[in-house]
This record gives sequence, structure tokens and C-alpha cells, in this order.
Amino acid sequence: MNLAVVEKRTPTAPARLNVGGVAFLADISGALFLEDERLLIVADLHLEKGSAYAARRVLLPPYDTAATLARLASVVLRLAPRAVIALGDSFHDVRAGERMAEPDRCALAELQRGRDFIWVAGNHDPEVPAFVDGERCATFQIGAVTLRHEPMAGASAEIAGHLHPVARVVSKSGGLRRRCFASDGKRCVMPAFGAYAGGLNIRDAAFAPLFPAGVTSAHVLGRSAVYGVGPANCWPD
Amino acid sequence: MPAAFASWFSARGWSPRGHQLALLSHAQNGESALLVAPTGAGKTLAGFLPSLIDLASTKRRDRGRGVHTLYISPLKALAVDVARNLDAPVIDMNLPVRIETRTGDTPASRRQRQRRDPPDILMTTPEQLALLLGGADAPHLFGSLKRVVLDELHSLVTSKRGDLLSLDLARLRTLSPHLAATGLSATVRDPDELRRYLVAQRGRREMAALVTAPAGAPPDLSMLDTRERLPWSGHGAWHAIHEIYEAIKGAKTALVFVNTRAQAEAIFQQLWSINEDALPIALHHGSLDASQRRRVEEAMAQGRLKGVVCTSTLDLGIDWGDVDLVINVGAPKGSSRLMQRIGRANHRLDESSRAMLVPANRFEVLECRAAIDAAREGAQDSPPLRTGGHDVLCQHILGMACAAPFRADDLFEEVRSAEPYAQLTRQDFDAALDFVATGGYALRTYDRFAKIRQNKDGMWRVANPRVAQSWRMNVGTIIESDMLKVRLVRGRAVQAKARATSSGSMLFYPAKLPGNAASRPAYTGPLARGGRVLGEIEEYFLETLAPGDTFVFGGEILALQGIVENEALVSRAHADAPKVPSYAGGKFPLSTYLAERVRKLVSNPRNWGALPEQVREWLSLQKRVSRLPKPGDLLVETFPRGERFFLVAYPFEGRLAHQTLGMLLTRRMERMGLRPQGFVANEYALAVWSLGDVAGAARAGRVSLAALFDQDMLGDDLEEWLEESALMKRTFRSCAVIAGLIERRFPGKEKTGRQVTMSTDLIYDVLRRHQPDHILLRAAREDASTGLLDLARLADMLTRVQGRIVHEALERVSPLAVPVMLEIGREPVYGEAQDQVLADAAQALTQEAMGQEVMGV
Repeated sequence: MNLAVVEKRTPTAPARLNVGGVAFLADISGALFLEDERLLIVADLHLEKGSAYAARRVLLPPYDTAATLARLASVVLRLAPRAVIALGDSFHDVRAGERMAEPDRCALAELQRGRDFIWVAGNHDPEVPAFVDGERCATFQIGAVTLRHEPMAGASAEIAGHLHPVARVVSKSGGLRRRCFASDGKRCVMPAFGAYAGGLNIRDAAFAPLFPAGVTSAHVLGRSAVYGVGPANCWPD
Repeated sequence: MPAAFASWFSARGWSPRGHQLALLSHAQNGESALLVAPTGAGKTLAGFLPSLIDLASTKRRDRGRGVHTLYISPLKALAVDVARNLDAPVIDMNLPVRIETRTGDTPASRRQRQRRDPPDILMTTPEQLALLLGGADAPHLFGSLKRVVLDELHSLVTSKRGDLLSLDLARLRTLSPHLAATGLSATVRDPDELRRYLVAQRGRREMAALVTAPAGAPPDLSMLDTRERLPWSGHGAWHAIHEIYEAIKGAKTALVFVNTRAQAEAIFQQLWSINEDALPIALHHGSLDASQRRRVEEAMAQGRLKGVVCTSTLDLGIDWGDVDLVINVGAPKGSSRLMQRIGRANHRLDESSRAMLVPANRFEVLECRAAIDAAREGAQDSPPLRTGGHDVLCQHILGMACAAPFRADDLFEEVRSAEPYAQLTRQDFDAALDFVATGGYALRTYDRFAKIRQNKDGMWRVANPRVAQSWRMNVGTIIESDMLKVRLVRGRAVQAKARATSSGSMLFYPAKLPGNAASRPAYTGPLARGGRVLGEIEEYFLETLAPGDTFVFGGEILALQGIVENEALVSRAHADAPKVPSYAGGKFPLSTYLAERVRKLVSNPRNWGALPEQVREWLSLQKRVSRLPKPGDLLVETFPRGERFFLVAYPFEGRLAHQTLGMLLTRRMERMGLRPQGFVANEYALAVWSLGDVAGAARAGRVSLAALFDQDMLGDDLEEWLEESALMKRTFRSCAVIAGLIERRFPGKEKTGRQVTMSTDLIYDVLRRHQPDHILLRAAREDASTGLLDLARLADMLTRVQGRIVHEALERVSPLAVPVMLEIGREPVYGEAQDQVLADAAQALTQEAMGQEVMGV
């Protein structure tokens, strides 16, 4: 085995990501941040996915909700957003609320305190559990940019989730598969944030209608930084 | 022995051998016994003789209605082969005995009939037995079982299949308390372990009787004294290809053993590129499609083949014709392993087996020499018996609940009667039970989703019939879901050529020989499906390929067209330099025993007499410019080269342990400010390169080599690394599948038009953070200590060399360091270097976007 050790580098400036002329920051956690407005956007939390499997007797560790919320809490602590927008599929199914344990409910409430929360509806969660605070909506607008769960072919400036993009990156050092933001300047499909959320390769046919000229950039989540990777280095599975 | 049997022997000009009679007498006393015998000693007949005699002398109405004798073999093919061989005495003596096989290939109708109306002798595999024992009719099938015969026991007990079989054996003893077990084994280091495996352990260390057949004639062993220059590194043995070819030509039938499928493919290609006599040389390895393997086996049995290039798939005892020469290419890895392979040549005890060892590089010369010496002394180094895996126990507990409701106390006692689980604590058993019921989580939120439940009467039973169904789909300990089927399709670009060469003669003749003009087919979009399956290949290997990349498989050069669901679609291709599957080095590390002998051989020039001239020169030069590693010491050389500083250590502990050492060492060097850049490991040595000068830092007293190699690296450094290790995640995944946390097909590709795959890595990450002492993480950790990470061996080594590190500060690379240095740059990256991949790719983007706005990286 041959191993190249990476020079430990201090994280440089966070990766900029432009959508419809608005400059966002692609955060290493998989969230987008609009600095001026102090708006934080996350997609596909899939809370209670583990217990959804358990109901079908696949007894996955029941810690995914706690893990996802803890990660969200740490981004919130770091970036101190004024508002958090969850881009749909925040809850894995419509009965997720019933299964959610008390400590997790408290953690979520704690996270929401002192800031606005906007729950954009997703296909997994047309309705967010009643006990959860925050505004519900089908889409959300930031200037000319529309935020919705499921990306719409032909939309002019859009941030969406739903597809759980991952990039398979191959370079001279080897290959790996990581969550990423897929974007082309007009549109950005965000990586899934949930601990148990799987991934779909950005070379999959599902991305083709959304990016007629191809994904021009994958902002790939590394261990210590977000890396902008060009299409030539993103491979199909 | 009854008269009919005695005259059957004499009619064939045979007389029963001593060990056959001894085994018979133990069986007639109802005793369990282990028969240790070399190949060709009539082991199988010895195993069945007691059953045939008992069945012949008992009237059918006096027998139970179930199976009389159960035969378990590690290979389907072996079960079928042995059943065929038993036909002779049964037909000749007209015995009232029904013999049937039951494997994954047995049609459903016959399986049902077998359960209703069981045969006298049932030949099957451990997985099929587990399935039968998980059915409600197990008492009917096995309630009157008299004997169980375990073939190739030495090979079964070294894996989790052996754990599962031991538990099933315990259940058989519960169903039929007077059951006697017979084990058939090749020569092993410690037969007592196998003797305990065969009988119930109840506090005292009970053992089955031991019958040892006399050893055959000593093997005729030699090492190829090549006319060519011996390579410094690599495992291909290209230098000797002509000499191997000549040896095959001179033999009746030769088996060419190699350690990995990749080597098998490569040697096969090379032999065909020089096969001017068009000798019928075939290829046989575990990735090839079963039907193709069967055709090779048949051709061999019929004596139509001159040579077969194969991996360990032919290690086991199937008798496939008149092999008179075994050629072992590459490192033998262990003396017991080598002797079992040699046994494949010539199945007659009184004649010597002839074997030639072909080392592929200089270090392998040393290993071959040590192995030949060990084999001549009859020294055995087979691995010790396993401690039963907790993941296998979980699977078994659920299976037992599927069979019938059970009381935890009873099942615990039964499980503890199996040798691999004799030391199991009640606490661990209860943890396994809890895992099966509700996942075994500290956070008790899944009680309402339980798979098994305890009723008021204290009995555990399955909560729902779907649980049993899912268990049946997932029985067994062989994890194959990492494998992708390789299916041949017509790539559009190569369609015409594929038609021209699809002659159907692929069995013996590679369609393409190396050296043809390259024409890399372009990826052409959606693919035609439905072509022939060539075999299976590891998913992680295919993940390193991009569509259009070429590799050698089944003796052909193929181009990857794409991966669709669980199939890799490939087309035939021409290529100058195919990417040969690189399952680095071989699955089995050098045995500790052989490593010890190699160290002794190297350390003392008086032992070099039997080594080739080239190797003696190499070692003498090492002695002059550096020093020879002493058996108890750890030699560490340092030298500058280019802009970097190298550190080369010679632990001789096998590639897996060295890889782990490399991971931990580079972490530690990083902390010491030595700025390590990478490492490479082989079976004998480890080389680390850094920007910091280790020797200089040691001279200045800033760094001590003793501290660098201190065994405390197995503490926090290890923990930190395990968190991200891809090898650890792979280990966890197989534990999770075996224990039944997730199904074999998981991650299931959701058939909803798009494939979102949720990998077990996510589960591992979450579980490790929230419940690090979970039973599955403990099981994975156990596996890691002997498996892909070889932690136990690394720990032993670090303890052994405490205070015995010998540092040699050199000006330039030493002769001994050359082989490992040559491996730099050949292997893929793991672990910490992952961000480097992204950084490189980002760099490429930056260059591509020159002049444009450079993205923030």
C-alpha cells in the first residue's frame, strides 16, 4: 500500500458558490450560508430514518436523529444564523414525529430558539409534525433565487435538495465518493445533511435535465475543506 | 468388517488400511474421532465405511425415519464429487443405501422431497445445514442421526463458516444425543484443537479419539534455479515464464498455483503468449463463473489438460485426474499451506509428490527456501482455532428461534458446548440475544419492533413470520455482496470484433493475447443487457476503474462499459497495457512461523549455502553496506534520497500488519514534526518517506526511534485511525450482514428510477460515536485483530522488539531496501490521503479554469 499524507493545512477561505448572481458560501457541513442575510440553508435532514427502518425490522442504530441534530447545532453555533431554511425531506416520513424521542425533540427546540425556522415541504414530509415550531411553505424566495425541495427542470435560479448529490472523484492520488453541491451558476442541488442519507452520483441521468450543459462544478465536502472539483474529475459510479 | 465388504476390498486388489479399520472400530463403539491423513490415504472411504456397514446390517424398519449420516464439505463441488465416488461400493455390493446431495443448486422440488422423505446419507454444505436446522422439521430430519462426517475440517475451522458449523453441530447433538462426529483433516499443527471441536465441551476439555494415517513418501521439492536475472520486486514471475512453460510441457498434468486471482490471470496470459505448441492450458479461480470452472474440472478429470493455472480454489481435496507436478509461483506463505498444495500432485501415497517452487522476487527466494526446509522437516504452521465470532452467534440465535421457541438458559448451554464458544460468557450471550431481539442499543426505543420476543412462559419466539423469511435469505457467513457480476455485452465500438472472436472456446484459449494494437472503446451510453456472465469481481476493484478502462479477467482483456445495479458490463477489447486486477499481494499473510525461519535464514551467512548465487551476492552486499537483520531485533534503516528522507523497517510480519504499522507510524511522525509524506508496505518491510530528517532528529536527541516504535501507538493513535479506516468499515459491514443487522442486498438499490445508496459506512460512523461498545463494533474489532488489520500480530511484534531496535543511518538506499522502495507508486491510497485526492482534483480544475475566476478552494 502506498499512502500519501496530506499536509495539514489551515482551512482557507470557505468556498464561494454563486447561484443566480447571489454569492453563497458552501460550508464544510453541507449547508449553504448567505453571509449578509445570515441565512443558513440545509437540505434532506431525513430525521427518524433509522426508526423508519426499524419499523420494518431492520434495526439500524437509533442515533441518527441525535447525530443529525448535533451536527446542525454545531453549524448554527459556528455561523449564528438569523434564520434556518430546511429544504424539505427534513423528516423521513409523515409518522416520523410520533417516533421521535423526547430528548431529540428538546434538542430540536433548543436549536430553534432565538432564530426563525422555515420548513420547505418535501416529498417525504408534505407535513412537518405539529409539535415542531417554525414556518411551513412550499417554496421560499431569496431575491430572484427560488428555494424548493425538488429541483425543477427549466427553472432560472434555484436552490434545491432531493437528489442527495455525491461526486466520485478520481485523481492521481486515488478515488473516493463524497457528498457535494452540484451547481452551474444558475442552479445548485445541495448535498443531503442527514446522518443516514445516501447519495446519488452527479453523473446519474437524474441530473441531466437540470444541468443541460452539465454540472460545471462540484463543491465536494472533504475532511478539512470544501474542494471545487471540475466535471473532468467527476466520474460515474 | 462384514464379509461382503472384505470381499469388495479384495475384489479390487485392496486391503483395508490400518487407519480405515481404526476409524471403523471407534465408530462401532459410538465414539467421535478425528482422522488426520495425507492426500491419497483413502480418507473419504474411511469416513463412510462405518456408515455403509451400519446401514447394510440394519433393516430399514429398524432405522429411524430421518437421515443416518450427514456429510459436510466446504465446497459444493466436493460434496457432489464424494457422492459420486460412494456410488461404486454401494452399487457393487448392492447396498440398501440412498445417498443424496443438497446444495444451493438442488431444485426446490427435490429439497422438499428430501425434507419429507430424507435419504440415508445426506451430503451438504455448512450453509445448507444451517438452513435445515432453522426449519420446524429439523427434529424429524435429524432426530435419529447416527453420524456426521466433516470433510476438510482443517480448512473449515479457520473461518466464520467453522464457527457456524460448530454451533450447528451443537444443535445436532441436542437433537440426537448419541451422535458421533468424524472429522477428516490434512496434517495440522495441533490436532487436539480439532479433536475438541468434534465433541461437546462440558467444563472438562473433552476430545474425540485421534487416528493418524502414516505419512506418504516424502515430497520431491525443488526451487527453480532460474537462468534469468531474479527480479527485485513484483509477484509476476515473468522472468521465469519460459521455464514454467517448459516444466508444464515436461509433465503429464501440471497444476500451477498462484496466490491471487490477478496473478492467475496474468500468468495465464503470459503462458499463452509463448504457447507455441498450443498446449491445452486452462485457468481456474473463484471469480470465474461456476459453469466455466466445472468445464475445466471435467476436462482435467478426463486428462485433456496439460496445465491448469489456479488459486486456492483447487487447494481442497477434489480428485481431478493425474496431476504429476505442482508448480507454486510466488510466495508459499506457510509450510502447511505449501504441503497441502503439494499433496495435489499424485494421489498415490507410496510415490513422492513432485513440486517446483518459483519465487517471483529475491525476498520470495528466501521464503521458498524456508518453506522447503520446513516441509522437509514436516513442520506445520496451520493457524490456531478461532474464538467464535459474536456476529455468527447472533445469526445462529435467530435461526434457532425460527426453528422452535427456546429458553435462553438451554440455548446458552448448547452454544457453550461448541468448542469455539466454550469460553463465551453469559453476559456476551445475553448481549447477542438482545441484539437479535431489538438491536442491542442502550437507547431502548425499538422494543415495539422486536424480531424475537420472550413470552410469559420464558420462551423466546420469532415475532412475525417475515423475520424467519428474512433470516433464511441471509444465512451463511460468506459475504458476497461486495462482488459484482461481470457480464459480457457488446460495446458498440467493439461490436464487430466481439462477433469475430466469440468462438465459444474461451475455456482454454484467451481471445486476445497481449501486445495487440490498442483500441480503447469509448463509452457509448446506454448498454445492451443480457450477455453472458463471465464471473464475479470485487466491487472495490471495479470502483478504481473508469468506464473504458481495461482489465484482464477470465483470460480476456475486457473494457468496462459501466456498472448497472450489481453488474459490471464489459466488452472485449484490445489493449497494450490492460489494468490487471491488483488485489495486492495475496490474501494470506506470511505465516509467523515462516517469517521466523526467514529471519534466521537471512541473519546468518552460514545458512546461505542453498541460496542462488544472485541472492547470496545481494545479502553479502547488504552485510557490507548496512547490516543483516537479526532474528530478535528490528532493523531500521534511514537514508536521504532525492528531496526526501526515508525510513525502512524490516519486521517480516506480513503486508497487513505492516500496513497498519505504516498508518500508525505516519500519524506519530506527523505529531513529532517529521512531516511524513507517505508509506509503502510489503510482506517483509515497510518504507516511510518524510520531509523531516529522522536520522538527524535522532542524532540531535529530538526524536527517539524507541519512542517512534513504542507499543503505545496501539492506544489513541489506533483508535483515531479506526474511526476512518476503510478497512475497518469493510470489516464492520460483513459483521453487520452476518449478524443480520442489514440484509445481504443492502444497500439495496432502490428501484425508483434513481439509485440513492445508503452505505453501511454511515451506520458505522453513527454507531461508533454513540455506542462504541456495541456488540457489532466489538465483533468488527475482533475481526480486525486477525483480519485485514492484523492487529494481534502487530502488537506481538511491537512487544518483541522493545529495546531491540537497531538503527542504521545510511547515506543511500541499502540493497535490502530496494524491493520495498520499488513498490512506491504502485498502489492506491487509503485513509488520510483522501483529502489529497480532492486537492489534486481541485488543482486540476484550477488549471483548467486558468484566466477565469478561480474558485475558492
